[in-house]
Amino acid sequence: MSAPTAPIRRPDRRHEETVGLPWFVWIPAGIAFLLIVAPVLGLVQRASWSRMPELLLSDAALDALRLSLQTAAISTVLCVLFGGPLAVVLARSRLPGLRTVRSIVLLPLVLPPVVGGLALLFLLGRTGLVGRALDLWFGITIPFTTAAVVLAQTFVALPFLVVSLEGALRTAGRRYESVAATLGATPGLAFRRVTIPLVLPGLMSGAVLAFARCMGEFGATIAFAGSLQGTTRTLPLLVYLERETDVDGAVALSLLLVVVAVIVIVLGRPRTAEGVL
Amino acid sequence: MPQFRIADAPRLLGAGSATARLLACGVAGLAVALAACSSPSQAPSTSAAPEARTLTVFAAASLTESFTSLEKTFETQNPGVDVVLNYGGSSDLAQQIVNGAPADVFAAASGATMKTVSDAQLTAAAPTVFATNVLQIATAPGNPKAIATFADLAEPELTTVVCAPQVPCGAAAAKIEQATGVDIPAVSEEPDVKSVLSKVSSGNADAGLVYVTDVTASKGQVQGVSFPESAAARTDYPIAVVKDAPQAELAQRWIELVEGADGASVLGAQGFGKP
Repeated sequence: MSAPTAPIRRPDRRHEETVGLPWFVWIPAGIAFLLIVAPVLGLVQRASWSRMPELLLSDAALDALRLSLQTAAISTVLCVLFGGPLAVVLARSRLPGLRTVRSIVLLPLVLPPVVGGLALLFLLGRTGLVGRALDLWFGITIPFTTAAVVLAQTFVALPFLVVSLEGALRTAGRRYESVAATLGATPGLAFRRVTIPLVLPGLMSGAVLAFARCMGEFGATIAFAGSLQGTTRTLPLLVYLERETDVDGAVALSLLLVVVAVIVIVLGRPRTAEGVL
Repeated sequence: MPQFRIADAPRLLGAGSATARLLACGVAGLAVALAACSSPSQAPSTSAAPEARTLTVFAAASLTESFTSLEKTFETQNPGVDVVLNYGGSSDLAQQIVNGAPADVFAAASGATMKTVSDAQLTAAAPTVFATNVLQIATAPGNPKAIATFADLAEPELTTVVCAPQVPCGAAAAKIEQATGVDIPAVSEEPDVKSVLSKVSSGNADAGLVYVTDVTASKGQVQGVSFPESAAARTDYPIAVVKDAPQAELAQRWIELVEGADGASVLGAQGFGKP
């Protein structure tokens, strides 16, 4: 066996590159990458490109895309508004039992989404613990409404935001806040002027992940919100339904979801892709 | 000693990017792994009793109770035979068979899904209809909203859930709506009949359109209200031996059981009608 040609080095981008990776890392890494890429290629080769415009511009598809983007955007804002402070509490406070709280926050990440949907249904459904009171006192029913979709998405996406933001907060440390405090800044001022700018990239990547998770949400939505065009039928629900009768339609919509996901990842990439999560 | 690095292969081929390198490594690694896995296993052919056979039946989810009960009968009548039942949505099962799933028998909940399989020339003989099913209105036990007729479902105050028209139960509902001129303001069009049932049994919907057999199978969690218009959208259940079935002879015997007296009484008890 002859020695391989000398590796061609690109102009020195990073010093670390001088240490090569052992070969046995590349093979499993390649298999893992293939496992992600190959199924998407499977979708692409199954697509019927001639019918694509008709399939993607149908009323049902446009309604589902609009609903998905709207609900995912609202859910992401809710995740930031409520999950952000939760991450701060987890990273910075000294309450007893914080470890337990953190484990509970991770629940939606490991639970099957359909279980989350059932849990929401038995809490907020018409016969649920809270839902019955809402119905009796205010005449509000949550299942089968767009609000139910948003709730289901927020439920499953919250841990994505909390985990990535908490990581960013821990990495950032408290040094700059301490310095700000010695210079006379109140906790509120230090939080706004020091902490938030410091973890903004982490917050952004968390929000991007949460948005992507919301776009893909299926199980909790179908169990809790139902499926009605324009009200609760998001893109994944439409894909699931379309494949019953029109596989071409399901494939076209799946590719649409892939494209949206790629756009979201590219937009949120600077830190997401560099290992901040 | 010069080190051979498989990772250099794509670069030598002119693909310098990390993507190409990862892909090449993945393909190489998978090829090795698959080769190791797919080498034919040399099973000892003399040790097992000649009668130990497995019959694989793919059946629509609504047949769960009936076929599970018939499984016991079949295994008693045919010692050494293990019946493996795979229940699912008919269209899922049809897609699986078309894509090469190893089934001996396919029992579908609609002619259209069976057609997917027969159009792909994957049925050994023409499918035969062995049962029928009709829709019923499912309500909470005791029928608190006093729903009596199909036309009652047009009431906008009522929270009604139906199947989406893409699935057989929804197609049947739409057909009845069209025939009667009753327009149901459904709050949700679910992807399968069990989802409709669960929305009613959990108390979140006042009424749902499901099959008679679903009401029977719910064991009192919902109450069924029959309506004469349901006859306009009767659903046929076809059954067929899958082409090149490993157990074609057993498959035929299974169909004879389902279509015979035993099958009729079990299916009838679940609410299925005769073909």
